[in-house]
Amino acid sequence: MGLLSKRDAALLTDPLADNNPITIQVLGICSALAITAELKASIVMAVSVLFVLGLGNVVISLMRNIIPSKIRIIVQLIVVATLVIIVDLVLKAFAYELSKTLSVFVGLIITNCIIMGRFEAFALGNGPWRAFLDGIGNAVGYGVILIAVGFFRELLGSGTLLGFKVLGDPIEKTGLYAIGYENNGFMLLSPMALIVVGILIWIQRSRNTSLIEEN
Amino acid sequence: MSKRTDSNGYTMMFAVVMVFVVGSLLAFLASSLKPAIKENERIEKQQNILYAMGVNENDASNANFVSTKIAGAEFKKYIKKQLVLEVEGDKILRQQNRTEYMSENNNKEPYLIDVKKQQANAKDGKVRKLPLFVGEKEGKTFYVAPIRGKGLWDAIWGYVSMDENMVVQGAYFDHKGETPGLGANIKQRYFMDDFIGEHLMTDAGVFKGITVKKGNNDAVNEDKTDYEVDAIAGATITGDGVSAMIKKDLSLYVPYFKNLKK
Repeated sequence: MGLLSKRDAALLTDPLADNNPITIQVLGICSALAITAELKASIVMAVSVLFVLGLGNVVISLMRNIIPSKIRIIVQLIVVATLVIIVDLVLKAFAYELSKTLSVFVGLIITNCIIMGRFEAFALGNGPWRAFLDGIGNAVGYGVILIAVGFFRELLGSGTLLGFKVLGDPIEKTGLYAIGYENNGFMLLSPMALIVVGILIWIQRSRNTSLIEEN
Repeated sequence: MSKRTDSNGYTMMFAVVMVFVVGSLLAFLASSLKPAIKENERIEKQQNILYAMGVNENDASNANFVSTKIAGAEFKKYIKKQLVLEVEGDKILRQQNRTEYMSENNNKEPYLIDVKKQQANAKDGKVRKLPLFVGEKEGKTFYVAPIRGKGLWDAIWGYVSMDENMVVQGAYFDHKGETPGLGANIKQRYFMDDFIGEHLMTDAGVFKGITVKKGNNDAVNEDKTDYEVDAIAGATITGDGVSAMIKKDLSLYVPYFKNLKK
């Protein structure tokens, strides 16, 4: 990381591991359980949040000295909503197919607590470049968990990955299904997303015991 | 520590200016992009109708429309008639063809009839106009009707093409905001294709509709006269919405099909 100072590089790498927004800060859980039944939806959501959080953090950081502290949450909400609506409108006019895929995510992005959380905790107190790095780092940290959860839920719940039948055909009884394997329908329901996230947290904490709080 | 930005006056000012700036920016963007968006939606309607009657570019497992460039020409080629019906009970009060409808409604094409508005009209006790598109492909006649209802989060809608006995020949469903991976899968091939060949009416002429049913013991969908298709796991409410809109909206067309047979 010759380009970045050590402090700046930490902004990018911390959220990937020991300060992950989902597994450590437990933010963005709502979207993590809503859209991870499918790997493709997880990837789309991860990319969208990457874009919105990177850009939003810069905008908020540039405005940080003129935002009145009493209404700062409302201002943050308006900034993120405006960004998302602009993107949605432009896509609808020039890339209609893509906008159809993304339209369901619009509401989920606006209400994503990670976005508000980073605006509030970081962008309001730091310059645009560092805010940008922080936004990218957190969005990637969020996306990695989302994609991991989406991977397991789609694989075990539907027996597919990105829509491809990787375990064989459950109706024709080919592949794994020929020897009696069954899809676990419970994986498709929201509670399993939390359980998968819980297992990820468990794995992370058993590898890095310094993360465990002392009672 | 008191900053300039903490005063009430500044806060009010900021709020007013921000609302003004953001509001005009979005209003400007929305109105300047409106023609392009409207055009995209118009083409999409043509693609949806064509899709339902089997004019599409489907590959092995994905649903693909005919490309936007040729949608208009294909629509002209395959859709022979656009009818607008007004139905009360089991009687057809009025049946207009495309030219009649357009001369009465500022040259608006019948396929652009807003089903949502017509449903609201019906609720207010006004006449609901029912569009029906008659298409021909390889010597077969298709009757395509639009349907609209409620999913879990927002609106769901679709187009169903039928033959003269109200046997489904193809279906296209879409949604505004169903959950990705669950309810949103109503627009996947494996769900839409299940409707093909399903009967909507008994041989005696009783309208049954098609129910999206959990555990119907017919996952491969071989029984085409059970008035059921297999539901999507984890998407019960969206599935119920699909059943409801099929029952409610398509039953209105029954008088037309009964007339056809006479």
